[in-house]
Amino acid sequence: MTAVIGKPIKRFEDDKLIRGLGQYVEDLKLPKMVYAVFVRSQVAHAEIKVNADQARAEEGVVAVITGEDIEGKVGKNFTAWIVPNSNQVGAEISSRPLLACRKVKYVGEPIAMVIAESKERAFDVAELVEVEYKELPAVASIENAIREDAPLVHEQMQSNIALKWQIKNGDVDRIFSESDRVIRQKIYINRAAPVPIEPRACIADYNFSNGKLTLWVTSQNPHIHRFYIANVLGIPEQKVRVIAPDVGGGFGAKIDIYNEELLACYASMILKRPVKWVETRSEHFVASLHGRDFLVDVEFAVMSDGKVRAIRGNSYANMGAYLGTVSPGVASVLHGLILPGPYAIEAFDYTTHAVFTNTMILDADRGAGRPEAIFVLERMMDLIADELGIDPLELRKRNYLPSGENIQTVTGLSYDSLDFSKVLSKFGEVSDYEILREKQKKARQEGRFLGIGVVSSIDICGFAPSPVVGAVGLQAGQWESAAVRFHPTGKITVLTGTHSHGQGGDTTYAQIVSEILGVPLDSIEVLHGDTDMIPMGWGTYGSRGTSTGGSAVYRAAEKVREKGRIIAAHVLNSKPEEIEFENGEYFLKSDPQKKITIQEVALHANVGWNLPEGVEPGLEAQSFFDPPNFTYPFGIHLCVVEVKPDTGEVEIQKYVAVDDAGKIINPMLAEAQIHGGVVHGIGHAMFENIAYTDDGQILTGSFNEYALPKAHFIPRIESYFTETPSPANPIGAKGIGEEGAIAAQIAVANAIIDALKPFGVKHLDGPYTPARIWKAIRGNLAKV
Amino acid sequence: MRINLKINGENYELEVEPRTLLVYAIRELAGLTGTHVGCDTSSCGACTVLIDGKAIKSCTLFAVQAQGSDITTVEGLAKDGELHPIQRSFKEKHGLQCGFCTPGMIMLACDILENETDLKEDNLRRLLKGNLCRCTGYQNIVDAISDASMVK
Repeated sequence: MTAVIGKPIKRFEDDKLIRGLGQYVEDLKLPKMVYAVFVRSQVAHAEIKVNADQARAEEGVVAVITGEDIEGKVGKNFTAWIVPNSNQVGAEISSRPLLACRKVKYVGEPIAMVIAESKERAFDVAELVEVEYKELPAVASIENAIREDAPLVHEQMQSNIALKWQIKNGDVDRIFSESDRVIRQKIYINRAAPVPIEPRACIADYNFSNGKLTLWVTSQNPHIHRFYIANVLGIPEQKVRVIAPDVGGGFGAKIDIYNEELLACYASMILKRPVKWVETRSEHFVASLHGRDFLVDVEFAVMSDGKVRAIRGNSYANMGAYLGTVSPGVASVLHGLILPGPYAIEAFDYTTHAVFTNTMILDADRGAGRPEAIFVLERMMDLIADELGIDPLELRKRNYLPSGENIQTVTGLSYDSLDFSKVLSKFGEVSDYEILREKQKKARQEGRFLGIGVVSSIDICGFAPSPVVGAVGLQAGQWESAAVRFHPTGKITVLTGTHSHGQGGDTTYAQIVSEILGVPLDSIEVLHGDTDMIPMGWGTYGSRGTSTGGSAVYRAAEKVREKGRIIAAHVLNSKPEEIEFENGEYFLKSDPQKKITIQEVALHANVGWNLPEGVEPGLEAQSFFDPPNFTYPFGIHLCVVEVKPDTGEVEIQKYVAVDDAGKIINPMLAEAQIHGGVVHGIGHAMFENIAYTDDGQILTGSFNEYALPKAHFIPRIESYFTETPSPANPIGAKGIGEEGAIAAQIAVANAIIDALKPFGVKHLDGPYTPARIWKAIRGNLAKV
Repeated sequence: MRINLKINGENYELEVEPRTLLVYAIRELAGLTGTHVGCDTSSCGACTVLIDGKAIKSCTLFAVQAQGSDITTVEGLAKDGELHPIQRSFKEKHGLQCGFCTPGMIMLACDILENETDLKEDNLRRLLKGNLCRCTGYQNIVDAISDASMVK
């Protein structure tokens, strides 16, 4: 059998999806099901009085639940990340009440849950719930929230700072005083959102006879949902079953455990009927998590030859009104530790802050803290290159960390494996960088404004060594589980604790099993997304599916192979150490004609008629894989744009991505992850912006105002890979889901700012919309 | 109100409210859940179906407006279980990831392949502008449609 790892195998997931036979949560119906709609706050900060009497009296209404109805009966929705040594605000303040009680703190906050016999009836009756608002001063932006006299989001606090976490290493002040130049810039990365095309949805079904609650939900991590439901609603964890069926994209939006989902469970328990809720798209923009929204002020100590020696600064992330499931980590650990990127920096002093505002909750948006870090780093590298008159790519080359394994960084990370020389060499082959610079010069002589952005990036992923994430405050493990199970007929079922919602894990995991056990791909079925069926696992996010989940699959398959060897030896009247395994067959080293297939061994194991002494029947194994290190994919991305000075419009002319994500299981899927990630980054740079007024009213409440990239806005993405295996897992894989989004947002930004150089523009914050670019060209951005 | 629709060759008599959007009649009353709802502003195109051969976002019509129409949804493309060439191309070219926008994209692609003559990449991309995808960056969708046009 030839190798299946590394082949562009077509996906097993596709057939049902292209026939319209997928089963997403909204597609499901249960007998006696009722429908929920939420009444949400129209204002950012107010005392409220709710009157649901008229709504409750309406025909077809099953229940109207308000904050006062549930106060004290259910827990609050808490954050799972408590950053040590950060003075992080306590759970009593940072946790979300499931329904606002007496006070609302952001537009869209759920106030009442209306449940009716039909969805239409629920929408109608929601209009009849009266909410009286007595408005309070509100604050929406970071800059306003960190002012001394800022209105407080939580009046029990002295300021709006939810946590402050510093990373410091080396003699920063000395190096700054010794440096030739200090380059400083304040950089704002605007708010955006993950925006999967499937909005969120859930169905909760409580069976009072046995106390079992089943929740179908759009989740990237069903076991974490189970844990939260058990805790917030006080149901024993074994009595909660969470099913995440086909899920229409996540990008971080479906990591968080949301109030609506917890409330659907609560409502089903009191009503003893299944309760369904489906988010509308407009609702999504106020009820599903936002991302980015970082304000960073940094300075870099550099030498005249371009060597960056030290970095210091402060970051502020806009958390919204409460802390999300993992948002404290997004604002601090996931951001600050990677900020020095792939460069050899001697000293570092960086303080991250999380700031409360009267806005929707911020959390993980494809990259989660890392895109913002790499944005800042690579924006600074271009400013430095410009200041010193060094070519931007050359400047980066002068600062790269050495190639090798376990490379120590100034923030205490240990990069699993790094080799920029390989990436640079590939980049040299495919990018025409020098030719593009010539073209740019020529275009400028012709009065055209081309810009080139060339960035290096690195991601922390492969989450993760559990003791390490525990030490930095995540109240969870980050190992991953798998089971590989041979059936009597020689077919295989694989269970994984990760969740596939577009990535193609069902196919890549089958490739891993096929490779190790020498069985045909079509004899393998991969299952995920049902907590009653799947061993405890942590889900899919942070580019952890292949490196961590895939490694658990790998280890479980190895265990199966080794148990099979013992049984094969017995059947062949030999000893395990005398048995070889190749292409799905066990055979005697001394006499390869004496052999037995692994499928035959599986039958022996499953019937148990003739097993060696002390060997249990069955042929299946579980693995719980906890990686010894994070993985760090890295790469170089190039973007070429032309800016039209008369209109501020931008045309992306070329995009080249060279990424190293370690061993690639399926190049077709890996490349597609880069396509999607890059376009996510392009979108965040150029089109997407979650906008609030100063007093917290949201301006971007639908696809009419929030612009997702469309097919004709973007060029072909040229994607290439080099492979530097990770020593942190048996596959050597690193992860590829976020790389594109991390690199692209800043590659585009740098390209646009490069094009604006002739107009004296050194820096410009996004989103890089025609209006902002047009005004920057005319030097009057302040009037935007 | 009672309406008659032909969907994928079958006749349906459906009881709808005047305000019922066609997409909900298809999904909830005819039970064909392959057609998806991704927004409420007719922006995303996940609900695209063929109405009398033309790709239409089924959230832009009230069900009553479709009275008497001949509708094809993604479930109606495969014949005798055999995938339609455009469905095959989406799989071959990896034109889908999460699959949520896919039925809309495929139905739009049917219209493009049937009615458009300029299938160069630039124009194909413009023709896709009414349909949103967050996973693929569109590249493999464009390639899938292009590929299917060769088969045709």
